[in-house]
Amino acid sequence: MADGKPTTFTLSCPVPRVADDRIVLAHGGGGRLTHQLIEKIFLPAFSNAALDQRHDGAVLPLDGLTIGSRLAFTTDSFVVRPLIFPGGNIGDLAVNGTVNDLAMCGARPLYLSAGFILEEGLEMETLRTVVKSMQEAAANAGVKLVTGDTKVVDKGKGDGIFINTSGIGVVESRTGLINGFERARLQPRHEGHGLTNGFEGAQLQSLHQGPDLTNGFERVRLQPRHQEPTTTGALAPDGGPAIGPASVQPGDAVIISGDLGRHGIAILSVREGLAFESPILSDTASVWPAVEALLHAGIEVHCLRDLTRGGLATTLNEIAGDRNICIKLEEALIPVDEVVQGACEILGLDPLYVANEGRFAVFVPEAQANAALYVLKKFAVSEGSVRVGKVEETPGRTVVLQSRIGGNRVVDMLSGEQLPRIC
Amino acid sequence: MKFLSEYRDQKAAEQLAQAIRKRVTRPWTIMEICGGQTHTIVKSGLEDLLPREITLVHGPGCPVCVTPIELIDKAVAIAARPEVIFCSFGDMLRVPGSSKSLFDVKAEGADVRIVYSPLDALKLAKTNPERQVVFFAVGFETTAPANAMAAWQADHDHVENFSLLISHVLVPPAMEALLSSENCVVQGFLAAGHVCTVMGYEEYLPIAARYNVPIVVTGFEPLDLLEGILMTVTQLEEGRHEVENQYSRAVRREGNRPAQRRIAEVFEIIPRQWRGLGEIPASGFQLRGRFKKHDANLRFPSSGEPAGSETKKDSSECIAGLILQGIKKPHDCPAFAVKCTPENPLGAPMVSSEGACAAYYHYGRRQTHDVHIELPSPASR
Repeated sequence: MADGKPTTFTLSCPVPRVADDRIVLAHGGGGRLTHQLIEKIFLPAFSNAALDQRHDGAVLPLDGLTIGSRLAFTTDSFVVRPLIFPGGNIGDLAVNGTVNDLAMCGARPLYLSAGFILEEGLEMETLRTVVKSMQEAAANAGVKLVTGDTKVVDKGKGDGIFINTSGIGVVESRTGLINGFERARLQPRHEGHGLTNGFEGAQLQSLHQGPDLTNGFERVRLQPRHQEPTTTGALAPDGGPAIGPASVQPGDAVIISGDLGRHGIAILSVREGLAFESPILSDTASVWPAVEALLHAGIEVHCLRDLTRGGLATTLNEIAGDRNICIKLEEALIPVDEVVQGACEILGLDPLYVANEGRFAVFVPEAQANAALYVLKKFAVSEGSVRVGKVEETPGRTVVLQSRIGGNRVVDMLSGEQLPRIC
Repeated sequence: MKFLSEYRDQKAAEQLAQAIRKRVTRPWTIMEICGGQTHTIVKSGLEDLLPREITLVHGPGCPVCVTPIELIDKAVAIAARPEVIFCSFGDMLRVPGSSKSLFDVKAEGADVRIVYSPLDALKLAKTNPERQVVFFAVGFETTAPANAMAAWQADHDHVENFSLLISHVLVPPAMEALLSSENCVVQGFLAAGHVCTVMGYEEYLPIAARYNVPIVVTGFEPLDLLEGILMTVTQLEEGRHEVENQYSRAVRREGNRPAQRRIAEVFEIIPRQWRGLGEIPASGFQLRGRFKKHDANLRFPSSGEPAGSETKKDSSECIAGLILQGIKKPHDCPAFAVKCTPENPLGAPMVSSEGACAAYYHYGRRQTHDVHIELPSPASR
């Protein structure tokens, strides 16, 4: 794949064509055309045991779940104009968005539902492109699309395609862990994580390979919190704090998984007819492999948040507000691609607020920041990971940014969308 | 980014700040005219680098902020008409009128569109001949050439369904209004670089001479502003009051002559109402002669809420006038961030992100420098 994610899927069978070249109201009417649509477009693309039952719902096996494992459940609706944009389309967005929401809970994404609202007159070719992207994104993320629905609305009552996806994932239990380290079942799924020799050994090995990590690792081992099994993380037992804003605390480092603003600017560039020397591609991607590796590396992850609508600034404001803490950022450390920066300058936008679809923030104890970065950088989706700030106690409910020239300012939550300025 | 990162370099910023600290022997109050400059100052935390003696006060150079509420009402009323496609720069859409903003009428079904250039609106008019396309032409001298060009092109191409709702204001008359006020605390100006890109800076020479005030044409990046401040402070410390050009990479003394000619062809100078400041003589543009047929104000004469007691005026609690004159800072206002927020602005400077109050609200500048109202009045300068 373009982003180098490990994939087990090769597209050998193209999505077959149906006779009609446009969506008509009857495609949503439940009759023959609806069936044709399902048979010829959706089923071949997403085929799996649960979906192939063609039942009203999916009855799903939960193999491999242990006592103490918990389910994560999320839903998201996708409306985007244009439907197809540089670097992706509404299809991979709808899969990756929900997969990433599960990943942010520390959950392995397992199953997705997809609800399509199609506008009468939509070109079938567009639907095919979107479905093909969903198929590829789902295969990449290792999720199955197990149930779905299609409705068609009158022309002018929709925007081509709206998609809702819901997802179920599993937050694996700590049962079977020794001092926080995994024995057998949570063996890494993907080759190439550097974690193949059983957990502890692999961690020692990988950490010692990294630059400046020996000390980082020693500190990690000495952290009492790290050895205490009742603290944080998706792997915490029932009742304990999970990965989420509630676990963020002063002393945490803030890491972001790459440069900011690609998705928002990719969309805007098409909408506003801006042309760049090198086109900006959306960063839409599943981040689960990177998150999985972080969790398996024994990093004490306090919080994971994807940086979608509202961007980094909004996400961090939500956390600072929830926890009554201060998040301090350094502008010079925050990576923004030169072309994205240029577009933001032209449009009068601040990249801190621009949407991303394959970027996330990680909160870990400062002593584990280097170890976390070492793990994250191994994945294409997060190879640009960088530490951009830290969490302090005061002033509460505040995100502060030290500017490039050394001054400080508050990074506020926007009251609405960013609007292009007059001059 | 080339041509940007150089102007945001920490080392160079620190050197300039040091030079300012070295130069300063006493308190000085300097006003940056333009909202874009205010934006950079608060966004980069630039005041943290300045010595306590320097107080920056934020001028009236935010076109969104100083657009009178009556004109917003007019825009809202025109936009609500079924035959109209109303086009505007993005930041005008959220500005509340007496009862509604352009965003509100858009939600009610009005066809309101964000454009990046008045020429895009003109294009819309050509492709939608059955609709009336109106462009909200707001701004200082900076946006005047493009707006003049749109009117000129519409006239030239006979695009009858295109009109402009004009709220154009001019910088030098506003500076004079500030300087001639009894309460004026401003001792030096950073003139707005992009305004001067169009107009040049010859028209500032008589102002500097008449009011004994240094004026430095200044750019918009943090280093531009620091250098502009250094040049102003140097003049103040040496007792000079000249017009200097910090922004020489963009500004020539005579400005952009072809742009000025187009402006003069299309616009005439008229008195204008400034939100927060009141009417200032000869401080705005209006379409002249044969271009008047593209004036939305004339084309839709009955649109807009009746002026007078029905119209909501800016709150009496609002101290916008004092803030725009640099006499008070946003957090001196008891309503700031309490009753007055960007969602519910009581007055002009809270309206757009470039207004001083909104900039302080968003970037949370705490009061680190007091306004030196005990400093010499204009008479003693």
